[in-house]
Amino acid sequence: MAEIEVRQLSKVFDLKGQDFQALKDISLEIESGDIYGIIGMSGAGKSTLVRCLNFLERPTQGEVFVRGQDMASLSEAQLRKARQEMAMIFQHFNLLMQKNVIDNVCFPLRIQGVNKADAKKRAMELLEIVGLADKGRSYPAQLSGGQKQRVAIARALASNPKILLCDEATSALDPQTTASILALLKDINEKFGITMVVITHQMAVIREICKHVAILNHGELVEEGEVEEIFNHPKSAAARELILGDISEGQWNGGIRQQDIVHEAKKLRIVFSENSSFEPVIANMILQFGVPVNILRANTKNVGGIAKGEMILGLPEGEELQQQIEQYMIEKGLEIEEVTGDV
Amino acid sequence: MFDQEVINMLLRGIWETVYMTLGSTFLGYVIGLPMGILLTISDKDGIKPNAFLYKVLDVIVNIVRSVPFLILLILLIPFTRFVVGKSYGSTATIVPLVIAAAPFIGRMVESSLKEVDAGVVEAAKSMGATTMTIITRVLLVESRTSLINGMTITLGTILGYSAMAGTVGGGGLGDIAIRYGYYRYEMPIMIVTVVLLILLVQIFQTIGMAISNKLDRRKK
Repeated sequence: MAEIEVRQLSKVFDLKGQDFQALKDISLEIESGDIYGIIGMSGAGKSTLVRCLNFLERPTQGEVFVRGQDMASLSEAQLRKARQEMAMIFQHFNLLMQKNVIDNVCFPLRIQGVNKADAKKRAMELLEIVGLADKGRSYPAQLSGGQKQRVAIARALASNPKILLCDEATSALDPQTTASILALLKDINEKFGITMVVITHQMAVIREICKHVAILNHGELVEEGEVEEIFNHPKSAAARELILGDISEGQWNGGIRQQDIVHEAKKLRIVFSENSSFEPVIANMILQFGVPVNILRANTKNVGGIAKGEMILGLPEGEELQQQIEQYMIEKGLEIEEVTGDV
Repeated sequence: MFDQEVINMLLRGIWETVYMTLGSTFLGYVIGLPMGILLTISDKDGIKPNAFLYKVLDVIVNIVRSVPFLILLILLIPFTRFVVGKSYGSTATIVPLVIAAAPFIGRMVESSLKEVDAGVVEAAKSMGATTMTIITRVLLVESRTSLINGMTITLGTILGYSAMAGTVGGGGLGDIAIRYGYYRYEMPIMIVTVVLLILLVQIFQTIGMAISNKLDRRKK
């Protein structure tokens, strides 16, 4: 049974008498223990979608099942109970500014009626997990962004949730802090088996921790599947845009990209996923064929001896030569696909 | 001129003014605080939107606030007599003071509570907090420095109103200022009462600010 199941969900907002369709006919399933990403541009409806999961927003149409329970059938009191099982963290942390770190972490326990001493004990354990054991007496204003998000994570874990909803949890943080928060989330997912739903507009976040991803565009789910698969072979225009990081709003709708006049005869996007980072694949290829390729874009890194990332190459003229180069790269275990337009 | 009798009168005036101000502020909050909370949560972006309730409270507050205090004081004389048994003296003055203060306090509380970050309220909701919990443990706690600042402003305003009540025999320093300064042209006594009123406002203000600063945890 899926941990979360969404069936044909739609959400319409009434904006000053005008209907605004935020979500259109969304269906998805999230397995237990998964880290499920939902990515899209701002305004794509991802924040609304995640709020429909814990019914902070009521869907206009469609159903949400959490652990088999139809959320729409719950009374207010049952809904509050259900929410205690699905914690949430936010872009701007949303901590109580007038309460110290310990009291912030105790908060969800105290509202569930746990006594002060027990709540405090649990809070200390959680602060240990997020690496802030020495900050219990500090106030949020005295902490950095990353530390605040750690407090928020500890607070979210306090009531032993089965599901953690992360709404742009790293969007207000710098890249280094983002990496450490993502590592913490991954760690928590593995250690406690908590199912996570990660909302973001950054493909890098999805690639870093998610196993599955759904791509939202203007309220519609345009693509869904394993991260690896979508990253290597994006089908929708929206997915391509997100992956290529070329995100001018105008190009989002039709998915038709202008074919520019380019100098290179052919452009290839190649994805590194299993090559040894000690093997200079591209350099060897150039040596072998004796022709220059133009590196139009490159974003690779060494993860534990494996090269990860992507690159866009402009190939020289000549169909036969191009085919040989493509053949060579496929043999070396690279994922390749032709790209058009600006990269 | 400042013999023992006058000094005693001034001391009694100070006591009556403090008594009226603190008494009506306290009773004003008994009515105004729930009013402010209801205004906050019933507003369309509140945690329990209720357009009808909001409108009713909003209209009541606006009506009372648009009547000048001196007029309200006179309008309420029959009511005051009914509640206290007489319409003069400092205890009687508390009745119109409370009625004038409550809507003012309601608005102050409303604006303080609305300063609380909507994200924090959403976070509490996402943890399964009830409306009551959000009010008592999030809204009132997070806005406490703003609430205390509001109370300091309220004290100053009510002190001013209580002095106005002096014109109709309300007691306190305002009463003395009117009787001696206005009716009997005894300028020195009038000046002393005015200085005493200024000092009282200063004291309330200083204490209020100190408490609100001490309770604010948002600083580094």
